Amino acid sequence: MSLPGWLTVERRPAPSAWVVFGISFAAIIAALVAAGIFFQAYGVSPFRAYGDILRGALGSELGLTETIRRMIPLLVIGIGLAVAFRALFWNIGADGQLLIGAVAASGIALFSGIPDPLLIPAMFLGGFLGGAAWGVVPAFLKARLGINDVITTLMLNYVAISIVEWLIHGPWKGPTMRGFAYTDKFPAAAVLPTIATTRIHWPTLLIGLVAAAIFFLLVQRTRLGFEIRVVGENPYAARFSGISRTKVTVLAMVISGGLAGIAGVGEVAGIHHMLLGPSHISLGYGYTAIIVAWLARRNPLAVIVTSFLFGVIMRGGDVIKVSLGLPFQLVNVFNGLILFFLIGSEILMRYRIRIGRREAA
Amino acid sequence: MRTEASLTTSVPDGVRAVVEMRGIVKRFPGVVANDGIDLTVSKGEIHCLLGENGAGKTTLMRILYGLYQPDEGAILLHGQAVRISSPKAALAHRIGMVHQHFHLVPTLSVEENIVLGLSEGTGPFLRVRRTRDRIERLAEEYGLPVDPVAKVWQLSVGQQQRVEILKALYRDADVLIMDEPTSVLTPQEVESLFGTLRTLVDDGLTVVFITHKLDEVMEISDRVTVLRKGRVVATVRTKATTKEELATMMVGREVVFRIEKTPPQRGEKVLEVRDLSADNDRGLPALRGVSFDLYAGEILGVAGVSGNGQHELSEVLTGLRKAHRGSAFLETRNLANASAREIADLGVAHVPTERIRMGTVPTMTIRENLILKSYRTAQFCRWIFLDEKEAHRNACGAMKEYEISAPSDGTIARNLSGGNIQRLVLARELCGSPKLVVAAHPTYGLDVGATEQIRQVLLDQRDRGAGILLISEDLDEILQLSDRILILFGGEVMGIVQSSEADLEEIGLMMAGSRRREVTV
Amino acid sequence: MTWESWIVATVSRTLAYGTPLLLATLGEIYAERSGVLNLGVEGMMVVGALSAFAVAYTTGNPWLGVLVSAAVGGAFSLIHAFASVTLRANQVVSGLALTMLGLGLSGVLGRRWEGWPLLTPVKEVSVPVLGKIPVLGPALFEGQNLLVYVGMALAVVLWFVLYKTRIGITIRSVGEDPATADSLGVNVSRVRYLCVLVGGILAGVAGGYLSVAYRPSWTDGMTAGMGWIVIALTIFAFWNPLLGMVGAYFFAMLFHLSFRLQAWLAPELLKTMPYVFAIVVLVLVSKGTLQKRMGAPSALTIPYSRGED
Repeated sequence: MSLPGWLTVERRPAPSAWVVFGISFAAIIAALVAAGIFFQAYGVSPFRAYGDILRGALGSELGLTETIRRMIPLLVIGIGLAVAFRALFWNIGADGQLLIGAVAASGIALFSGIPDPLLIPAMFLGGFLGGAAWGVVPAFLKARLGINDVITTLMLNYVAISIVEWLIHGPWKGPTMRGFAYTDKFPAAAVLPTIATTRIHWPTLLIGLVAAAIFFLLVQRTRLGFEIRVVGENPYAARFSGISRTKVTVLAMVISGGLAGIAGVGEVAGIHHMLLGPSHISLGYGYTAIIVAWLARRNPLAVIVTSFLFGVIMRGGDVIKVSLGLPFQLVNVFNGLILFFLIGSEILMRYRIRIGRREAA
Repeated sequence: MRTEASLTTSVPDGVRAVVEMRGIVKRFPGVVANDGIDLTVSKGEIHCLLGENGAGKTTLMRILYGLYQPDEGAILLHGQAVRISSPKAALAHRIGMVHQHFHLVPTLSVEENIVLGLSEGTGPFLRVRRTRDRIERLAEEYGLPVDPVAKVWQLSVGQQQRVEILKALYRDADVLIMDEPTSVLTPQEVESLFGTLRTLVDDGLTVVFITHKLDEVMEISDRVTVLRKGRVVATVRTKATTKEELATMMVGREVVFRIEKTPPQRGEKVLEVRDLSADNDRGLPALRGVSFDLYAGEILGVAGVSGNGQHELSEVLTGLRKAHRGSAFLETRNLANASAREIADLGVAHVPTERIRMGTVPTMTIRENLILKSYRTAQFCRWIFLDEKEAHRNACGAMKEYEISAPSDGTIARNLSGGNIQRLVLARELCGSPKLVVAAHPTYGLDVGATEQIRQVLLDQRDRGAGILLISEDLDEILQLSDRILILFGGEVMGIVQSSEADLEEIGLMMAGSRRREVTV
Repeated sequence: MTWESWIVATVSRTLAYGTPLLLATLGEIYAERSGVLNLGVEGMMVVGALSAFAVAYTTGNPWLGVLVSAAVGGAFSLIHAFASVTLRANQVVSGLALTMLGLGLSGVLGRRWEGWPLLTPVKEVSVPVLGKIPVLGPALFEGQNLLVYVGMALAVVLWFVLYKTRIGITIRSVGEDPATADSLGVNVSRVRYLCVLVGGILAGVAGGYLSVAYRPSWTDGMTAGMGWIVIALTIFAFWNPLLGMVGAYFFAMLFHLSFRLQAWLAPELLKTMPYVFAIVVLVLVSKGTLQKRMGAPSALTIPYSRGED
């Protein structure tokens, strides 16, 4: 890019935490402003829209609990993605891992014959293992054969979707109503308890919060976490110091896929109580969680905050559907805009723009 | 005083100078690569640029080819001053260059590579017949047989080089620069290349040939310019000089400045290398049956022009490259083909050439970088957790001992100066009293203060009883620090000499491939 | 149903459904050949679909709709090109963001037309003489619309350009070894911008085809994940336009026949095949000579900058 002489672009040495926070915050504000312009063009007052969203998400007991309900899968998946991204493994397949986790849990709930008190723990375990298995295959392919992780994880998403479709239309078919297919309802012992009358399935939430703490510690304080960070930040140095990239990548994906699987368990056992169409189980949680993890700078504890933010956005989407008649797809517009402004902000963090002549080189 | 006037020959009368470079100065951070170089190349000659590492030959030619811009000086082609701003411009001025690492796209065919970037006015379409005919004609005329349809990745290195030459010829180059072309060729291919060059020259082209091999200079060139440390030592007619003279010009020093060091206290044998052979990244042999011993308490310097196997030697000894023959016994364990982790655990320290890219994790703190290899040991681990306090203690101690200057041990490695980064690497590698230290270019690019300090560190390690393999492109450093010197050329050991008895002319000849001593390991 | 009419029906449905797959795959092949991974295909297709429908509905001219869908898809892709090539941002994220944005914008803006049919779709054509050939005639040359033939012709043309012209050499070199191309005077950025633009235009047209010819109507998310199949198909085609045509029609046929193949394979599992095949292909070309011969462009997803910045 050639610039006018009075504008200099130089590399920023290492952005401080304040710079990072400030620019990320500014990116979100910018996205909200852009969305506001979009509202205006559509004939809706942005203030009214944002007002409705905030009130609907935070202003009532129902709203807050629904926000938290949306937050739960984002939190759990986001933590896993934070770990995977640290190892520089681009897990775009969290949606698929979530679905496979849901499949495992459903299978255990409906057909396994495990005694009631053990049913829920078994479902969580099964979901973790299912998601982990789904995530480990791309990890091996990348570590051993150098195959692009984005493509493999992405492709497996759609394989997972088809598997779920097949199960609910075929072997696991339950009663069909109004053209939607799903399995039988889970037995009572396989349904996650919720807080009072809300839809917050607290076991999953608890797992998420505990996981945030555990994996934060893992990455910062343990040997494995150290190895993950080295592999992610300088693969050459990792090789130089004898760290096994295969082992690290695979373990990181066990964690990431497993957590996504747990999110799947939460959705089917906590919200729907059956296995149903893929687009009803995951409203793109796996993709939204990418933004959640990225905004949190791959810090599992910060994911708690960012997943709440996106829970607000999703709840907001529900609210505006009713109050303003705008479709839920609006959430995608938000997410897309935020992601774009975040990309732009990355550039600002890497470079500094200065007004003034460049000194003689 | 830039040239040794008595030896310089000016351009013979009546012959036009095709290329004239006057007063070329090129600076990079920390080093002056070209320090006021004058070069004149006559039409129809093969002109060699001879020199060891860092002499400035490749930099000079990259300036001629438009990859770099000179800070000072001028270039004249056929007597006209020109500015060559890019390789495309160089090609437009009919200057072509065959680099050490070819600029070829492996998945495209020969003719596609030759034609890449050209817009011959035939529009977007490829006039296959015409292109192919022209390529075949050129190939035949100059003895460069290639199959225009073959994909480049299918070709041997020698054939790929022919494609590079054809690329330049297809663009009507009349000056051809070749950068160390024979380092990738078999002897037969070298002969073939020389034949081609002679044919080109007979046809009126001019060739500039960068090399460090004396035999080739004597065989192929009409005139030779010797560079040393960015300056021209002399330009002579090849027929009027000898190998010995050239060798002295190449490495000659007025005074060899020796560091104060205690006489070596040689101990037990630490490393026994026998018949070690390995390939480089391109699959060509880089080490051919290297054998030597290294003892505790000595520094064995590996001298040689870069690209003769030093890099691969350091990688094999530290577990980063496979050897397909031979052994390297560290006391009772064979290092060859052991993993990097095992070798590190055995007490082998590696100070790598690329200190930032390989030796550190730039985004991590000093404290974390210091335990990059030792984080697994009981000292720094409690169960699965890293012992932060211990790491901090270790870091403070290391920073003091090695004089790493930084605000705290929590400073990010990337923000350190080159000297401090190297101190960091040394601190990490040398903790735990390693038996063997493989140090590759340890003071490359560092300021005088850091250089002196690091050399002293190496000497201290030697006095402590470690065996040190010092690889360096800086012959001065090798001469000053080593107790014995091993000269590597073409992946083979040319000779091992005591540094106290070192004869510069002999070393220069060995570095240039020209004399082999009976090697007693 | 006689076997002749069965063939006619199958082939003609294959062509109909395969065309949007083909068009978008051809575009993605070009983008990836120049080194840029475009995960925004789904988003570009759906905004193309909406814009084509909207224009066709309001003006009554479906071809105008197709034109506009090309422009809209192209404009969208320029955003991706700017982020990936000029800003050298992460191509994966940029593509995903575009898909989200595309799905979201089309879902919101298309609300007013949700479920409405298009009363002026692209007309079917019949090729005069060729249409009379027994069996193949009616299958290939009757009752199709022009875009089907455009797709086939484009596949051949784009194949020719990629492998037999200077432009193709330039594109392939930029995707394999941009440093070498740059040193020979090729403007790497410009080539990448153009290829991404081609990808966007074709994705837009593919989407437009859906709403204006294939199933003349508009519904939210009517691309139904076709963009992701395109990503898989690009790999399955070994980045070769002709193989892309084969692949697109092959999978279109498989999907059409899925209810017939039910006895052997459940239709839902059949839908996994493009993705599974893509992964298999990636494994096959991951090593050695096969990678050089037929593998992904080496510089795919890697932003290019001359020297160090």
